[in-house]
Amino acid sequence: MKVPLSWLREYVDLPAVTAHEVADRLTAAGLKLEAITSHGHDVKNVVVGEVLTIEELTGFKKPIRHCTVEVGEATPREIVCGATNFSVGDRVPVVLPGGVLPGGFEVGARKTYGRMSEGMICSERELGLGDDHNGIMVLAAGTPIGTDVVELLGLRDDVIELEITPDIGYALSIRGVAREAATAFGVAFRDPADVELPVESGTSWPASIADPTACDRFVLREVHGFDPAAASPLWMRVRLMRAGVRPVSLAVDVTNYLMLELGQPLHAFDRAKLQGEIVVRRAAAGERLETLDHVVRDLDPDDILITDQSGPISMAGTMGGLETEISDDSTDIVIEAAHFSATGISRESRRHGLVSEASKRFERGVDRELPLVASWRAVRMLAELGGASVQPGVTHAEVEVSPARIAIPSGYPGRVAGMAYSRDTVIARLEQVGCVVTDGDDPAVRRGGVDPTGVVTGGALAAKLAVTGDDMITVTPPSWRPDLTDPNDLAEEVIRLEGYESLPSVLPSAPAGAGLTEAQRLRRRVGRALAEGGHVEVLSYPFISPDDFDRLLLPADDARRVAARLANPLSEDEPLMRTTLLPGLLKTLVRNVGRGFTDVALFETGSVYRPRAGAPGVAPVLGVERRPTAEELASIESALPDQPLRVAVVLAGEFERSGWWGAGRAATWADAVQAARLVAAEARVELSISADQHEPWHPGRCAALYAGDTLVGHAGELHPRVIEAYGLPPRTVAMELELSRLEAAMPGPVQAPSVSAYPVATQDVALIVPDFTPVADVEAALRDGAGALLESIRLFDVYAGEQVGEGNKSLAYSMRFRAADRTLTVEETTAARDAAVAMAADRVGAQLRG
Amino acid sequence: MSDYDPVEVTPLHADEVSRMEADAIEAIKAAADLDALKQARLAHAGDRSPIALANREIGALPPAARAEAGKRVGGARKAINEALAARQAELEAERDARVLVEETVDVSLPWDRRPRGARHPMTTLQERIADAFVAMGYEVAEGPELEGEWFNFDALNIAKDHPARSDHDTFFVGSTDSGMVLRTQTSPVQVRALLQRELPVYVISPGKTFRTDELDATHTPVFHQTEGLAVDEGLTMAHLKGTLDRFAEVMFGEGITTRFRPNYFPFTEPSAEMDLKCFVCRGASAIPGNPPCRTCKSEGWIEWGGCGMVNPRVLIACGVDPARYSGFAFGMGIERTLMFRHNAEDMRDMVEGDVRFTLPFGMEI
Repeated sequence: MKVPLSWLREYVDLPAVTAHEVADRLTAAGLKLEAITSHGHDVKNVVVGEVLTIEELTGFKKPIRHCTVEVGEATPREIVCGATNFSVGDRVPVVLPGGVLPGGFEVGARKTYGRMSEGMICSERELGLGDDHNGIMVLAAGTPIGTDVVELLGLRDDVIELEITPDIGYALSIRGVAREAATAFGVAFRDPADVELPVESGTSWPASIADPTACDRFVLREVHGFDPAAASPLWMRVRLMRAGVRPVSLAVDVTNYLMLELGQPLHAFDRAKLQGEIVVRRAAAGERLETLDHVVRDLDPDDILITDQSGPISMAGTMGGLETEISDDSTDIVIEAAHFSATGISRESRRHGLVSEASKRFERGVDRELPLVASWRAVRMLAELGGASVQPGVTHAEVEVSPARIAIPSGYPGRVAGMAYSRDTVIARLEQVGCVVTDGDDPAVRRGGVDPTGVVTGGALAAKLAVTGDDMITVTPPSWRPDLTDPNDLAEEVIRLEGYESLPSVLPSAPAGAGLTEAQRLRRRVGRALAEGGHVEVLSYPFISPDDFDRLLLPADDARRVAARLANPLSEDEPLMRTTLLPGLLKTLVRNVGRGFTDVALFETGSVYRPRAGAPGVAPVLGVERRPTAEELASIESALPDQPLRVAVVLAGEFERSGWWGAGRAATWADAVQAARLVAAEARVELSISADQHEPWHPGRCAALYAGDTLVGHAGELHPRVIEAYGLPPRTVAMELELSRLEAAMPGPVQAPSVSAYPVATQDVALIVPDFTPVADVEAALRDGAGALLESIRLFDVYAGEQVGEGNKSLAYSMRFRAADRTLTVEETTAARDAAVAMAADRVGAQLRG
Repeated sequence: MSDYDPVEVTPLHADEVSRMEADAIEAIKAAADLDALKQARLAHAGDRSPIALANREIGALPPAARAEAGKRVGGARKAINEALAARQAELEAERDARVLVEETVDVSLPWDRRPRGARHPMTTLQERIADAFVAMGYEVAEGPELEGEWFNFDALNIAKDHPARSDHDTFFVGSTDSGMVLRTQTSPVQVRALLQRELPVYVISPGKTFRTDELDATHTPVFHQTEGLAVDEGLTMAHLKGTLDRFAEVMFGEGITTRFRPNYFPFTEPSAEMDLKCFVCRGASAIPGNPPCRTCKSEGWIEWGGCGMVNPRVLIACGVDPARYSGFAFGMGIERTLMFRHNAEDMRDMVEGDVRFTLPFGMEI
């Protein structure tokens, strides 16, 4: 809302303060300052002059005039001018040499077109008054020569732009802002809606309300004999422009001006184009209307329409129809001022993608008492400025509405604030807002009503919202505050006007909490371990493309192809919610490589979204008057996808750097698997690793990661075709693991080991096995065979070559034995080692290397 | 003394002992290195050295003569050993000095064979915020990112046709009437917390949120918020203010408080916009004549988030009796917090995953 300060001052006796001070007070009251624009403060030396002579200069590409202009100085000024729309004797604004025009444009005396030009004759645009640059501005005859134009035309003003929250529609008007400003400065407020209405006996153009849920007040008044050529006065055009509304024609400007001043949208019909009684109703199926913007709109049965006998003529509160629009030759005008359903207009505006100044106001709530006043002021202005005659009579269709009333203890605002306000303060503040406050608790209050957004406030909900206590007062909010429906709304008004800055600061004592959960701690440890281990965390967008599934080589029936789809994705290319973290990570990897970082280790922790098989396609939207039942809540949950937390790692280039110490080491499949072990170790889970073939990994370099019997993820080198599809560096490796599953596999607290002080006995063995034998199986056999005396086992060499035979490999282990209660004998450790070797021979056909 | 035979025991003669001592000390002093000293030790203090042999003779002396001879030889051996120890220490010091100099390396050589990674500042900032509240007794609550519309809007008193709802540029899942959205705020976690937990509830809930904004320097469609909620008997706006003042101090330093301005949120009533006293200029730049401040643009305050008393309608939708319980809630953007706490200027840096942006933030923030 753009508020010219001069307009505001017309209705509030503001003290001599700057626009900033006004804006600060309004901000403190909840009308937040967006920007202040100053107009005309830099303008000087612009005076009224009279054109004495005009000499047309020839020989130039365009008409040029050399004029003498009387400006009230000793001698007239010579001025060269390119405009031709003025005559000798006209009064015009002249900027004298040394003068400044808006925007800091300095004007001097100079020679141009072969003549002296001492200043400039100004157009409206040059004076910052509008877009009109077709000619210079001709002032009213008789305007005194030498008068300061800044004062004369009100060039100087400040416009305060305020951000208006959706609850306070009344502040989308000079009237509403003025009321707040008056309260903020404690000064008098003159209500622009406070006009005396004539007593009307007859009606105007016939009208009725067919749907009382659509409209509860509909007013029409008429003028005849309007002069369509009459121009809007300068002051009106300037105010409209400064408030952000483009002047159009007098009739339209008047409706806009009053909407800005009062907050009541108005619509002007060309009376000659109306056919029969006007009816406010909902649309019928198949009805269409061409609106002012020349768009033919298919109407929805929920749309609220103004209709006459010809059919729809206007979309209520949103945009008028083209057919009945006033035009250049309209002389008889019917003015409509109505009060429409806020939710109705909101839906209509959204459905048609039509946001207008009118719809913005209606959906935020308009004062129901304005239509009679605003329509009266409109016809009066059309009469005064456009030569029309106001026709007697007013059409006033209306639906009975009982105003909201709220009962609270007078101490309630203090109870909410945490500080005491006196009873007088509470009542005075509510009265400043415009409320009527009476003593006592009226039980009828609980009958409730309907707020402007269509929320039912009566019945069971009103009973639940009711507050009780000593010294009850009953509050009837003013018609311009339909947002005040609940006890807490009243509390806010009092606290806000008393000042949020005076609230005390008291730290509540929450009960002792349990700290982070095990799962939350695990996530932190995982992030930290990966980062300490050389990986950099990224947070990529969870949006993916169906093409990602192809790039990842996922089979047609892969569960990861089942993804939630956005109805309105930012990019049509990426409408799906990720089912794996890899696409985002791989793209981020490519971005880093593209920026010159070829050795990259990245990780991400985040949700994937996995629609459940057989889930309902719709999550019901439940009521809000009570807690939903467990079944109702379950009906929402069952529709939502499963959203497990995953962690993934991608690596490319060197994982250990080359340097002055020698060559580094490129990241391999083993680093990806190790990242998984690192993560699992934070959960105190030892992963079982086995070979797998799972896209997008290299079929010969893919590890399945198990926690017990639960598959928790995969790791290894990516498939070469995946690498090609994403443009990744060769041999890029990756790991993805479902943290939610790992969390479930977390064992209880660590059991402290007993540490033996007896000496260790070490035995080394080398075993020959077929080279397809997984090392993990060999080690498991050795462990199981060695029994309880085995303290640890470590593979220290893997060898394949002639000495062990084609198709074989040799695995060299160092086994450490120790007993808790004695020094082991050579016989004991040898027996344990032999048992281990025997078990390996039995299970995987291992032979002791000779 | 009278009956000892000076010929038979020449080695014990005083002159002889003095000579042995003098020879030994001379040899010790002459030892140029530890090897030479080892030889000197063997020759002059070893088992076969003259003084050792002399010492053995003492036993053969008549008892009356043993004491004096013992004293003489003992004195000499002590002097020799002391000389040895001194020379040993001298030579070791010399050797150490020489060897350690030879072993000198360039300690300024780099050793970034395996550089450390880093955690994303969005993550660590969320953790830090959570920690501040956990210290006040709060617990960290969670909810799904792909959320039921009822949780994201209706239960929070944002009715279907309320203008506040169209202010949220919402991603819909499936279709616009599926009842499923990407949550536009972390506030639905309030509803879940109230439905799932026993009262009183004190929870903080940082997390990911989504709105259909194109990515630019100040917008991102995927961003982060933190939500705080306290519902208990007797909670007031003063408690809200106290909590946020404490939070501001923990995050930005002592004396940094908050300021409330009236605002509107459907799920709180009364509602407030929360400003943070500028932690750089501490409000000073707003006073005319003082130097300007880049962080707060010389306003003295920085917009931080929204807050208010939980709207009793929200309590009712969650089955909480507003006649007995009241509560407060607050929320702020994590990106914004990072922007002014760490002078991050472009939101694109936070989402693009460039390692150069993230690495300096390390493990904690």
